[in-house]
Amino acid sequence: MSLLLSILVDGVSYGMILFIISIGLSITMGLMRVVNMAHGGFAMLGGFMAAAIMAWAGARFEAALALATVGVAAVSVPIERLLMRQVYGRHVLDQALLSIGLIYIIVAGANLLFGGSITTLRIPSYLTGWVTIGTHTIPKYRIFVTVAGLIVVTLLWLAIERTSFGVRLRAAVDNSAIAQTVGINTSQLYAIAFAVGAALAALGGIVGAQIMPMESTYALKYLVLMLAVVTVGGMGTVTGTFAAALLLGLANTAAIYLVPSMASVAFYIAMFLVLTLRPQGLFGRSV
Amino acid sequence: MATVSLEHATAATRLRGPAIPFLPEMILVALGIAAFFAFPNDLAFLARILITGLFVLSLSLVLGQAGIPTLGHSASMGTGAYAAGLFAIHVSQDPLIGLLVGGLAGALIAVTTGALLLRTAHLTFVMLTIAVAQILYEIANQAAWLTGGDNGLAGISVNPILGLFEFDLYSRTSYLYALAVLVVSYFIVRVIVESPFGLTSRGIHSDPDRMRALGCNTYRHLLIVFTIGGLFAGLSGALSAQVAQVVGLSSLSFGTSGDALVMLIVGGSARLPGALIGTVVFMIVEHAAATVNPYHWLFIIGGLLILTVLVLPGGLISVVDWVAARLPWNILGRGARHG
Amino acid sequence: MAEVLQLKGLCKSFGGLVVAADVTFGLAPGDRTALIGPNGAGKTTLVNLISGALYPSSGDITLDGRSLVRLSMPARVQAGVARTFQLNRLFRDQTVGDNVRIAVLQQKRQSLRMWQPRADGIAVEAAVEQVLGALHLQARQGRLVRTLAYGEQRLLEIALALALKPRVLLLDEPAAGVPRGESGVIMDVIAGLPAELAVLLIEHDMDLVFRFAKRIVVLASGAVLTIGTPEQVAADERVKQLYFGRAGHVSHANQTGQVSHAGRPH
Repeated sequence: MSLLLSILVDGVSYGMILFIISIGLSITMGLMRVVNMAHGGFAMLGGFMAAAIMAWAGARFEAALALATVGVAAVSVPIERLLMRQVYGRHVLDQALLSIGLIYIIVAGANLLFGGSITTLRIPSYLTGWVTIGTHTIPKYRIFVTVAGLIVVTLLWLAIERTSFGVRLRAAVDNSAIAQTVGINTSQLYAIAFAVGAALAALGGIVGAQIMPMESTYALKYLVLMLAVVTVGGMGTVTGTFAAALLLGLANTAAIYLVPSMASVAFYIAMFLVLTLRPQGLFGRSV
Repeated sequence: MATVSLEHATAATRLRGPAIPFLPEMILVALGIAAFFAFPNDLAFLARILITGLFVLSLSLVLGQAGIPTLGHSASMGTGAYAAGLFAIHVSQDPLIGLLVGGLAGALIAVTTGALLLRTAHLTFVMLTIAVAQILYEIANQAAWLTGGDNGLAGISVNPILGLFEFDLYSRTSYLYALAVLVVSYFIVRVIVESPFGLTSRGIHSDPDRMRALGCNTYRHLLIVFTIGGLFAGLSGALSAQVAQVVGLSSLSFGTSGDALVMLIVGGSARLPGALIGTVVFMIVEHAAATVNPYHWLFIIGGLLILTVLVLPGGLISVVDWVAARLPWNILGRGARHG
Repeated sequence: MAEVLQLKGLCKSFGGLVVAADVTFGLAPGDRTALIGPNGAGKTTLVNLISGALYPSSGDITLDGRSLVRLSMPARVQAGVARTFQLNRLFRDQTVGDNVRIAVLQQKRQSLRMWQPRADGIAVEAAVEQVLGALHLQARQGRLVRTLAYGEQRLLEIALALALKPRVLLLDEPAAGVPRGESGVIMDVIAGLPAELAVLLIEHDMDLVFRFAKRIVVLASGAVLTIGTPEQVAADERVKQLYFGRAGHVSHANQTGQVSHAGRPH
């Protein structure tokens, strides 16, 4: 029984991290129809920046978290304005290639700037340790991550489905020309959506650093995971990305516990199965 | 204009071949021989460039011509490498048969996975190609009793080519062997590109639905292209196994597929010479930059990619074409009308 | 004369929306039939159903008595049904010659050949020349499609369909978007279409319709309102009602020399 609980707790928390990191990518790809492979770079930059702030300025975890998240969002603005904007509407592969070039530069830059300080991202002491519920003990950290994920998914769902920002964003994506004639500032919308996506990636990277540790090739290593989550879930849907992240997180974790030799490939097998049976993703619109 | 568009492909469309028959192959041989004499101490490295060039050439056929966006092409190359290696260790050390075995293995992987994957499109297809390659990587990793796992498959050695040319310490035979295979492969791929099959592939690349409205069974056509691409990728893997005498897991890795894509785009995806130009530039710059600082290499390659997409989508080959079109004597026949 | 294409009780709906309602008519070899109707009447839907881009909810489409509904789009094309698109769908980064060559290779079933014997290659080139000649496009052979005038692109659109040597040709607004000055060539081409070809012409341009159609099928809300000769249709009160909502004149080139466009292009 406690094996099942361990798989559940670890799988769900891993899934939450995947969700927080990937949702920004799902939004840019699904809603904005832009392929941004550099997304993994934002997650990595967030983690590196937070670690550096804590190391250089001796700041607390919470402060570093806030500053780094905002910092990455700020960095994403000129990137969107100067680079990504050049390839809106261009061939998918061009967008992919441009952003791959970008991710290489971000990885190189992050390492050269912050490389020395990223031994580990220390989480505050009140998040370490365990909580006992009945006869089971669950690491506090995992609960924190799960709660964070739930908060993010709820806020996002509300923002996109229930606010005027969400309506305007969806209108802008459906038909940018008409949206503009109605007075929707599409370029501003895109900039905001991109920045929010980057901030979420950074948040996920920082919050998830215990499960997905920062390392020099973090961005490239986890990019495939993010793409998998987005594709399996169906691009542009918050619920889809959430469901896919949990599914893939649980699949991976279950494999680690039950069939360790298959752990790294369980993820890809799950992705393969979903995509061959349902190419548009779990919640995607069928073409 | 896009990096993977056919704007510069028209020069290759002539169904009758270049102005002088075998000209591209003759140029290749000439350059290859020149390098052989100019860099006698670097032949091992140059052989690796030729072998990688063959791999990127196969990708040029699949992606550049037919527009199949695969990021798992290493699946065919790695399978070909392991197949040729295992063949040499367990069955026979004949190099040419081993080469064929590798090619067939690559083709087999391509046709079996392609049959399933080509029913999907766009991002789903891309992700599935990645998944397939990763799964194969894991299988090779797990089957360490067969493949050597992490340590790689070692102890591969092959007989002298045609019974005459022994592999020597200076890699002279390796280099010339790789050059010969590359030139012959280039010729075959060029024939395919310039044939009705190649023209149809480009049509599917431009607009698959329009092709279907013209009566084309696009799935079947793409599956054939994908399989041929797998064949040549398998050949490059087999070459690698025979020349390096070892096969590592990296031959199946995502990084190998990604690097090949970068080489293809930087060189120019619409025309075959682009694949070779991109390979040469990439590998030489990598060789030079990696000795300095690995992160500098990432900066350079990242910058090159961004520049290519924004400034020179046709790749470096479009620069060559631009220059060639302005040469007074224009023997190359390229770029004359089509630019 | 025996019908080559027959639509029988063709129905198509998307959920609650009915886009084709019990459509029945046929085309015989040599027919020049126009399909007209206001916006949203379902004309392009019908073409999509015939060509195979859409599958019907019920009903049948037969070619020489053989049912087409189970066949994929490429299979129907190979059986002899070709169409043009209202918005040009050409291979823009290729030359005019290559565009036609691609279509010719499909018609000759030679698209999979990796090596072409000399005689067959010559035959292909001859076929390409012939199609280009019929469409007055020889001079443009080496030009990239992207550089062509819009009217020439429309001609190429028709060229691709003709290169397939179809038995049934579905022309979807061939003159749409073409400036008056360039549409004369298109008129000539339509007039010069092979005599045995069964042509279904969708058009809003009544000038074209009354000039070429021997028979008109009027579609309204997915159903056939009436079928008749141009004179019969022009005099039909229901048709006038359909277009103008009141009794009115449907003027056409014969009467006033002016052209009226009955309804905006969709």
